[in-house]
Amino acid sequence: MATASSKAAERQTIALSFTVNGRAYDLDVEPHELLLDVIRDRLALTGAKRSCDVQVCGACTLLLDGRPVSACTLPAFEARGKKILTIEGLAENGTLHPLQQAFIEHGGFQCGFCTPGMILTAKLLLDENPDPTEKELKHFMHGNICRCTGYKKIVESILAAAKKMRSGARSGKN
Amino acid sequence: MLRRFRLEEPDTIQAASDLLVRFGDAARLYAGGTELLLVMKEGLVRYERLINIKQIPNLNQVKLDNGAISIGALATHRELTVSPVLRESLPALVQMENNVANIRVREVGTIGGNLCFAEPHADPGTLLLVLGAKLIAAKKTGQREIAVENFFRDAYETSLESDELLTEIRIPRPSAAGGLAYLKFGYLERPSVGVAVRVEFNGGEKKWIAEARIAVGCAGPAPRRVEEAEAPLKGKSIQEATHLIDEAGGIAGRASQAISDLHGSQEYKEHIVQVLVKRAFQQAVQKS
Repeated sequence: MATASSKAAERQTIALSFTVNGRAYDLDVEPHELLLDVIRDRLALTGAKRSCDVQVCGACTLLLDGRPVSACTLPAFEARGKKILTIEGLAENGTLHPLQQAFIEHGGFQCGFCTPGMILTAKLLLDENPDPTEKELKHFMHGNICRCTGYKKIVESILAAAKKMRSGARSGKN
Repeated sequence: MLRRFRLEEPDTIQAASDLLVRFGDAARLYAGGTELLLVMKEGLVRYERLINIKQIPNLNQVKLDNGAISIGALATHRELTVSPVLRESLPALVQMENNVANIRVREVGTIGGNLCFAEPHADPGTLLLVLGAKLIAAKKTGQREIAVENFFRDAYETSLESDELLTEIRIPRPSAAGGLAYLKFGYLERPSVGVAVRVEFNGGEKKWIAEARIAVGCAGPAPRRVEEAEAPLKGKSIQEATHLIDEAGGIAGRASQAISDLHGSQEYKEHIVQVLVKRAFQQAVQKS
């Protein structure tokens, strides 16, 4: 329980046990620590990027229990007991996920800053809807911004990966 | 960067209300945090404590209750888009929710938080205004019902008292002899204008408009129902109302209390209100 209030908040630690890319971690975090900082600075997983910092651009997207979140605006304590997938955990035994492969083959990135978020969001899209129309894809991906404006190639890459995944070349990783 | 704060995690409404009394202005309720944490990161507001109310059980349920649709305040936008009850009874609300912000905000943000933060450029309040929703506010000593018309006071200001929590949104189930639509337009991340239109027909024959409700959001400091624009449509046939809808839309624009801001000038927003009223009316009639 809290002690008597004072003007400056006193330090508080919260036990954070969670799994990142299949590996279990036990950390102590303060309430104000953001998930993105914990993942990048304490776990050294730098695929997720800080960009807009206001949940608009999607560069910091992580999958938390399979659902997309903006790690830039989510306190780390919200990950208690949960499983996180970052872009570093998507390849299996050195084999790229079909989405990663398709982004390479179809030129789905330019500077690459938005790519981890694009691919994780697209993974969820294809897990839920293996055969999306372009309109469905654009609605789903509306919150992921490519500042290089390379959208055409990104859409092509995702649709190509969807086709490949439907043909059973490799099932999506959960 | 967030400044340091302490976290409280009550598991009952009473305990949360107690904490609000105990810490007053130094504390704020926290649910999804999609609005609150942004302004805290910017340093625009500062709280010594956040009271995380997500440990309180059963506050995210969506169900039919005695003929009304009951939505728990902690239901996330996404939970509303996949709710079988809402898909069946209120598809216009599902559609509105499916277009709130983006997929990550919908995942984390709650409808209760959206309403309580009262950011002017938001969608849900406007639609709730034409649905005659009631908001349930609870505190330690009991609860009360606030008509949604009386909930929004101003930008970022609601009629909740300092020790109250919004726990539930109750919506009368719309009758089958009516139609409903919510449309929005904007060129930034948030909408410049949102318009909700609901029409009810008499006798199920769809010949006469027994009731029309129009609400406008985002344009001004708070969403508001524009009864001035509803009056001309009442008692009219669809054909007559279709001829009058430009006029009604114009009235709605002038009554919307639009202000000039980043999302457009007053004049621009008033014009968009007029266009959206017409389109939403056409959609509502088609959906009836």
